Amino acid sequence: MTFFYLAPWIVFFPVIGLLVNLIFGGRFSERVIGTIASLASGLAFVVSVLLAYSLTQYPEVVRWTIGEWIHVGTLQLDWIFRVDTLSTTMMLVVSGVGTLIHIYAIGYMHEDVRFKSDLKRFRRFFVFLNLFIAMMMILVGGDSYLMLFVGWEGVGLCSFLLIGFWYEMDTLGRPSWANSNAAKKAMIANRIGDFGFLIASFLMFWAFHSLQFDQVFGQAPAIAASNPGLITAITLFLLIGVTGKSAQIPLFVWLPDAMAGPTPVSALIHAATMVTAGVYLVTRSAALYVTVPAAQYIVALVGALTALFAATIAVGQYDIKKVLAYSTISQLGFMVAGVGMGAFAAGMFHLVTHAFFKALLFLSAGSVILGMERGHHHLSHHKEHKGNRAERSAEHEVEAFDPGDMRNMGGLRKTMPVTFWLYLIGTLALAGIWPFAGFWSKDEILANAFSQGFTVIYWLLTIAAFFTAFYMGRQIWMVFFGESRHEAAAHAEESPKVITVPLMVLAALSVLGGALNYPGIDTLSNWLENTVEFIKPIEFQMNVALISTGLALLAILISWLLYGRKPLKAGEIDPLKKMLGPIFTGMERKWFVDELYWAVFLDRYVDVSRFVADVIDWKFWHDWFHEKVIAGTYNWLSNIALNRYADQRGIDAFFNSLGQWTKDIASGLRRFQNGFVRSYALFVLIGVVAILGYLIFK
Amino acid sequence: MNGELITFIVLAIIAIAAALGMLFSRSAIYSALFLVLNFGTVAVFYIILNAPFIAMAQVSVYAGAIMVLFLFVIMLLGTELLPPSKALPWQRPLAIFLGVILFAESIYLLFVRKAATGDVPQPVQTFGSPQGVGQALFTSYLLPFEITSVLLLIAMVGAIVLTIREKGK
Amino acid sequence: MVPVTYYVALSAILFTIGALGVLIRRNPLIIFMSIELMLNAANLAMVAFTRVYIVLEGQIFVFFVMTVAAAEVAVGLALIVTIFRTKHSINIDNMNNLKG
Repeated sequence: MTFFYLAPWIVFFPVIGLLVNLIFGGRFSERVIGTIASLASGLAFVVSVLLAYSLTQYPEVVRWTIGEWIHVGTLQLDWIFRVDTLSTTMMLVVSGVGTLIHIYAIGYMHEDVRFKSDLKRFRRFFVFLNLFIAMMMILVGGDSYLMLFVGWEGVGLCSFLLIGFWYEMDTLGRPSWANSNAAKKAMIANRIGDFGFLIASFLMFWAFHSLQFDQVFGQAPAIAASNPGLITAITLFLLIGVTGKSAQIPLFVWLPDAMAGPTPVSALIHAATMVTAGVYLVTRSAALYVTVPAAQYIVALVGALTALFAATIAVGQYDIKKVLAYSTISQLGFMVAGVGMGAFAAGMFHLVTHAFFKALLFLSAGSVILGMERGHHHLSHHKEHKGNRAERSAEHEVEAFDPGDMRNMGGLRKTMPVTFWLYLIGTLALAGIWPFAGFWSKDEILANAFSQGFTVIYWLLTIAAFFTAFYMGRQIWMVFFGESRHEAAAHAEESPKVITVPLMVLAALSVLGGALNYPGIDTLSNWLENTVEFIKPIEFQMNVALISTGLALLAILISWLLYGRKPLKAGEIDPLKKMLGPIFTGMERKWFVDELYWAVFLDRYVDVSRFVADVIDWKFWHDWFHEKVIAGTYNWLSNIALNRYADQRGIDAFFNSLGQWTKDIASGLRRFQNGFVRSYALFVLIGVVAILGYLIFK
Repeated sequence: MNGELITFIVLAIIAIAAALGMLFSRSAIYSALFLVLNFGTVAVFYIILNAPFIAMAQVSVYAGAIMVLFLFVIMLLGTELLPPSKALPWQRPLAIFLGVILFAESIYLLFVRKAATGDVPQPVQTFGSPQGVGQALFTSYLLPFEITSVLLLIAMVGAIVLTIREKGK
Repeated sequence: MVPVTYYVALSAILFTIGALGVLIRRNPLIIFMSIELMLNAANLAMVAFTRVYIVLEGQIFVFFVMTVAAAEVAVGLALIVTIFRTKHSINIDNMNNLKG
């Protein structure tokens, strides 16, 4: 039996969850809020599983309409959920990993709101998380480019809301613009990408007269034959959207700053789900891309270059989450390169495994950070208990403690053993060591590159893989081995079960995830082939596997030589810096990309906006136009025209003169009332005479 | 020119002269006395006009009571010589002018728009006598008569109220 | 009988003189007397007409006029006396309190 009728519930469950928390959450305890949110996400996962199961029974694309939307001229779009193998894959990843992260977030946010001293914000976090899941489901479940775009924008909004969750602080809790600036940067970079997506959809509608997937893909070969330039334009504009959402060159700059959000946010949005929306888009548009090989090559090249570029930056970072952020960009480059080369299954496979081990790494990093904060908290307690006033005041004057800085860590293997093992599993999976999941997926991409003859791309990706293994090894030695470089690290504590148990699930997936698409069995490739017809599973290339594994082990060895054998002491400079000097500075400073953008684009934009604001708005509009023209005219009208002429000289004068006239008449008539009887009698006589005269002469 | 006319003219001249005398006399006493003469003359006219009762009433009420009252009050307070008036200088000429006009109008009405002339019949003997007047007064005109008596009462009370001095003033 | 016109003319003359007296004299007593003269003139005219038309109503009316005149004199003189008590003068020009 099939469960396709449950399709809308992938969106409805999270929406119900967020509404319940929004309206009634004020009365619930933290546990209840978290449980409701996790339950909403979990139920969405259950529905995804049921949909996937239904597809095995009935392996055709199912389109489930829930409502009319736009019926304007030739544009006919409705709210239709598309249940096929590609979308269910994404749904499973999003809701599955999402649910685990919801559960993790209960424990994480419980501690975070106490560190940041705002317990009321707990509920808001889970409302936003559920909103994100709902939006992502709309993205992956939509049947047209426009519905996808709704979800695309929605997840962009949610990333803004969640990155800037602690909007009035920076990551260390000090009042600052830093977090809200990071959220703004994410929104703006995404917006630039969205602009590309919109242009692509306009061109698509112009060419295909529809935005609905089946209609577009059905007409694709014909339009490509007649007007290949148009399809190239469409695909390249879609690529701009992908670079925005999936953080490729040139729009990747928002993702490292987005680490300002709480760690569950980083894990969910930037490692596991949202950034993969770009990869999903390319895979979905496979029918368009395969018709223009030139555009495909550009996509792959962008992906490969990003992979290498980001990997080099990751080598020089000191913040534990920044390393993972650049690693994410790099791995996204792998995925984009994969789907760019036409290896759609490989790209999706890497997407799934990356979701597992990157979420694991981020959440474990969150656990590490929490452990450091707990240790720091204990430190200040110790000092207070000692009752030493001088020391306590000195403590306040010390710089704010950064729990994410790897230079403060060290030796956490002993104090946080569970976290250590989990982190190690994630690292090995990311580095691509056999038999962990990352090996299989990364290797498939490399094999595709090699066998299809994309030599440049192959070598770019291989070198990037070398660096990947290197910086992850560096991270392991710096964080978990050696001696603690700060007292907080010495006092760090292990995290509670609500945090570590979801991580164990992810760790298991990272170990076993490779089974999704073993070469030869090719489960995922066959599964996806139902939807994306252009998947060609390839053979296992032993030489590629050997080269990549060998390079990875070599990288780990070098990292051990530098960081593991002689562990870093507190205050020591990074040994790689001593070796590479200015190159390391470049890596550390992200190759000055942000500075470049500011100098070339953003400062110019600020200049323009300042010009518009100061000169045009204030000087011209306000000072001149408003004051002289509008206010002047109005003043003239009211004061001169109306007040002086109409009112004072006109109306007042008239009525005053009426009064004056009355007074004059009255004073004239008053003279008859002189009090003398004689004159009164005289007037009587005058009257008599007059009447008599009238009667006589009538 | 018969005796009636001569009588009339003589009496008329006396009446007018008396009136003028009253008007122009400097002293109030002389004015009052001139007015008494005028009233007497008019009483004679009444007799000529077959209104003996009215004539007697005129003499006793007007000349007898009213003028005596006047003389009393004049002697009480009216004998000062008033200085020439400072106010309303225009009033005297205008008044005279108007009087002349009024007179002219009246004469005009009288002699240009004539009323019926001709012989006037003689009335009965008891026409204006007390019996005749009393008859009419107490039968047809009883109500006005009674009201007039109330009026006199009111006048009496009013005169006393106006002039009474409060105790102690 | 003398034509009634003459009587009416005489009445008119006496009336005019009375009116002039009201207007010109400043002694209130003289003014009062002039008023009496006017009333008298009217009486004369009425009696003359009674004689012409042989109706008694004229004389009755004259009777009432006289009565009213008497009452009026009584009240009026009382007023003048009262005014004299306050103003100590009988110059009618001094009694101009109703001046507007």
